[in-house]
Amino acid sequence: MIETSIHIVLLLVFPPLMLGVINKTKAFFAGRKGVPLLQAYYDIGKLLRKSLVISTTTTWIFWAGPIVSLASVLAAGLLLPLGPFNAPLSFMGDMILFAYLFGLSRFFTTAAALDTGSAFEGMGAAREVTFAMLSEPALFFAFLVLAKDSGSLSLNTMLHGPAVGISATLVAPFVLIAIGLFIIMLAESCRIPVDDPNTHLELTMIHEVMVLDHSGPLFGLVLYGAAIKLFELGSVVLHLLVPFQTSLWWLNWVLLIVELLGLSVVVGVIESIMARLRMHHVPSLLIGALLLCGSGFILLVR
Amino acid sequence: MTTLELVVTAAALLCVSGVPALMLPSRSPLGQRITTALVLAGSILGLIGSVSTLAGSAVSDGFRLPWFLPQGRGAIGIDPLSAFFLVLIFVVPALGSIYGLEYWKQDEHAENGRKLGLFYGILAGSMALVVVARNGFLFLIVWEVMAMAAFFAATVDDDNPEVRSAGWVYLIATHVGTLCLLAMFAFYRSATGSFQFEQAPAMPQAVAGIIFVLALVGFGFKAGIMPLHVWLPGAHANAPSHVSAVMSGVMLKMGVYGIVRITSLLPLPATWWGSTMLIAGAVTGLAGIAFAISQNDIKRMLAYSSIENIGIICMGIGLGLLGRAMGRVDWMLLGMGGALLHVWNHGLFKSLLFFNAGAIIHAQGTRELDRMGGVARSLPLLAALFAVGAVAISALPPLNGFVSEWLIYLGLFGTLGLDGGTGFPVAATAAVFLAMIGALAVATFVKLLGTVFLGSPRRSDSNAAHHMHKPSLLMTGPMLALAAFCLAIGLVPSLFIPAVERAVYGWMPATASGQALLMLAPVRWITLAGIGLLVLMALIAMVARIMLGGKVVRKGPTWDCGYARPSARMQYTGSSFGQSIVGLFSVVLRPRTRRPLVSGAMPEQAAFESRTPDTVLDKAVVPVFSFLGMQLPRIRFMQQGKLNLYLLYIVAITALLFIFGSMGVRP
Repeated sequence: MIETSIHIVLLLVFPPLMLGVINKTKAFFAGRKGVPLLQAYYDIGKLLRKSLVISTTTTWIFWAGPIVSLASVLAAGLLLPLGPFNAPLSFMGDMILFAYLFGLSRFFTTAAALDTGSAFEGMGAAREVTFAMLSEPALFFAFLVLAKDSGSLSLNTMLHGPAVGISATLVAPFVLIAIGLFIIMLAESCRIPVDDPNTHLELTMIHEVMVLDHSGPLFGLVLYGAAIKLFELGSVVLHLLVPFQTSLWWLNWVLLIVELLGLSVVVGVIESIMARLRMHHVPSLLIGALLLCGSGFILLVR
Repeated sequence: MTTLELVVTAAALLCVSGVPALMLPSRSPLGQRITTALVLAGSILGLIGSVSTLAGSAVSDGFRLPWFLPQGRGAIGIDPLSAFFLVLIFVVPALGSIYGLEYWKQDEHAENGRKLGLFYGILAGSMALVVVARNGFLFLIVWEVMAMAAFFAATVDDDNPEVRSAGWVYLIATHVGTLCLLAMFAFYRSATGSFQFEQAPAMPQAVAGIIFVLALVGFGFKAGIMPLHVWLPGAHANAPSHVSAVMSGVMLKMGVYGIVRITSLLPLPATWWGSTMLIAGAVTGLAGIAFAISQNDIKRMLAYSSIENIGIICMGIGLGLLGRAMGRVDWMLLGMGGALLHVWNHGLFKSLLFFNAGAIIHAQGTRELDRMGGVARSLPLLAALFAVGAVAISALPPLNGFVSEWLIYLGLFGTLGLDGGTGFPVAATAAVFLAMIGALAVATFVKLLGTVFLGSPRRSDSNAAHHMHKPSLLMTGPMLALAAFCLAIGLVPSLFIPAVERAVYGWMPATASGQALLMLAPVRWITLAGIGLLVLMALIAMVARIMLGGKVVRKGPTWDCGYARPSARMQYTGSSFGQSIVGLFSVVLRPRTRRPLVSGAMPEQAAFESRTPDTVLDKAVVPVFSFLGMQLPRIRFMQQGKLNLYLLYIVAITALLFIFGSMGVRP
């Protein structure tokens, strides 16, 4: 019960902090002081209290975009084990539901973008679905590796890794899918080198451009949902990168938070030292992720 | 009445449903109403029969007919597998018939309304007979009746040359398929000694393999497995929408039924059957959805997406066959169960989408995607129904498409051999294809939803929106019913899983038993997740509403990065939306674009055009057929209409048969 409560509280409260850490890291690299660590909370809070301007072309789909999207990432969060703890909901085949909930979120986000009738938002939506077409199969290759290795079809056991520790034959596949999943995490949560959440040149972006017309509470929900998505994908990657735990339950939670913050710093560092890829090079990066995960699977079952 | 009698009576009623109208004046709406009433009466009878068989309250049943043809007795019978397909046959055409009352009004289509009614009924009735036939001969007869009825129903609008040419392609494809089936049944007869559909005795692996391949090709033509799908996009696009719905939602499944039925009769399959089926399914699914997103015609998109779904069904069947070959009951249950449930699901949401497309085409007067837009504001109910169909067909929770794909995923992951049992890990890569297909399906249906319903109308004659033809309850009612089915299967799959399980056990060898689908796939969790998801959405919507409080929601033009007067023509079109994906698949899709030559400081008005024709049809089928058309006249001398020559042929053949017979070669 305590585990579940902490899980839900962490899922609801923690994600915007990761955005803050990323921004602080970037500010540090740029030699700036940067916005406060809690800026993302202030932004979301302010947006939720604001009024709303919506386009005359839009319909109910425009409203459904942020709402359905947030509901699906929250639902996905309940299926995801954090650190060494079990997920609140877990059943055989839940990883497929997890992946498809992101699909549902994508469906309504892109539909809401097209609802505005703007060329920019149409472009963003087209890119989003194109890149998802490459990242989704990579994710499933990773699932195959995890399922084969853990002998289970539920995220809990898949992500907690083999009970006896990782054997030598598993190291290579694990390293490959960890890199693959890290790339997918960057792509799906719209970070550099795939997308740049900071520019406001609409032509260069994917996710930001899709939500150009969302304002007020709706935009607040969008920002919040994006942070949660980063949190969830980051947690998946952390299971592979740092499969450690201690014997004290509370220390494990602390460890998890530290790991998540560390991951945010890494993302921030990448954003500081890399430029965004040109749009037509992004598929190559994602195909790379697909090949990495696929090779991991081949190595495992050869 | 026994269940079989109910079903046969229903089929007879469906077959004659169009007859009374023939005796009434061509403009009389009464005839069409009688037709619909007969279809409904027949369908209700048939549903009672098939549902009670599926629910297990009636035993499997069969009887033999007095028969004047050679080769055994005509036999018909019903078992859970037949009943499973019968449910779809009695649901979709009945709803389509109601829809047709408004969509194809007799008084507006005096010249062909009665013809459509007649062949529509025969199509539905003959499909019911196809699944109850238990003899190869009888099967082929009703199969041909079905194929021809579909031809006449799909080409009612035969003033249009496009319709005629699509009809031609269909006619040729279906007959090539039937040719393979003839050969298949000939082998079947020689291996088993009869045409009856009974568990075949052991036969050489090679013979069984030949029968399987011929069945795959022959039924593949009907089901639309790539590259045998060439007839499908044209025929579906050019048929009246409720006929497209029946063809796509139900008739393609007759091909699936054929494969399922024949593999249930043959002895233990080799593993390569399953792998072939998996590969065929993955290729069909991926190519189908890639072609779908490249199209600019709403009905062609839906037709290609049917090919994709047939691919998914084939993947499930392939997994089932693998399980059969390797003695894994769980793969059989999950693979075949997922495939069968997807047969139902696709029948439901694809009919919903085709009905919807028909209503849009009525309202907009075009099938061209890039001339539509903004329909959601004038026809909100239609948009909501389309959204339901689109989410369902993209296999997203909480609707029904997700449930069947989830079963197939579980089975495919199972081939990794997780419990330490036998594995076949290569098959698990099919799950990755399924994931890619899923992502592409989302892209395709967002494109359709977005281009047709969202944004602002792209037509320059903006007043067209004002006298838009609003669909009445006759058209929306059947769609509402289908959407309700989609939601029901998506939210409470446990109600439907037992029926699926009975059908799969009907397919499995009698020795296999002992596992329950509900144990292998914990669908109750899907119910919980689905309802939880809906509750979360409602909660978040409430929070958003509370946060907005009494604040004024201002309306303004779409933010176009500072440009104050965005126009409808500046929107992203459907073609641009799909362009990047089409580009990634251009090796297969071979899109054709005509780019304008822009030159000088003041270029003249120019036009850009892009379209993706069917690669198989254009690059393979048409060249082969035109080559044959050039070469075959050379042997025309053999057929000159001279009676004495024909008599000579008959004598020569008879003599040859005598010689073969005396040498001991038996056909």
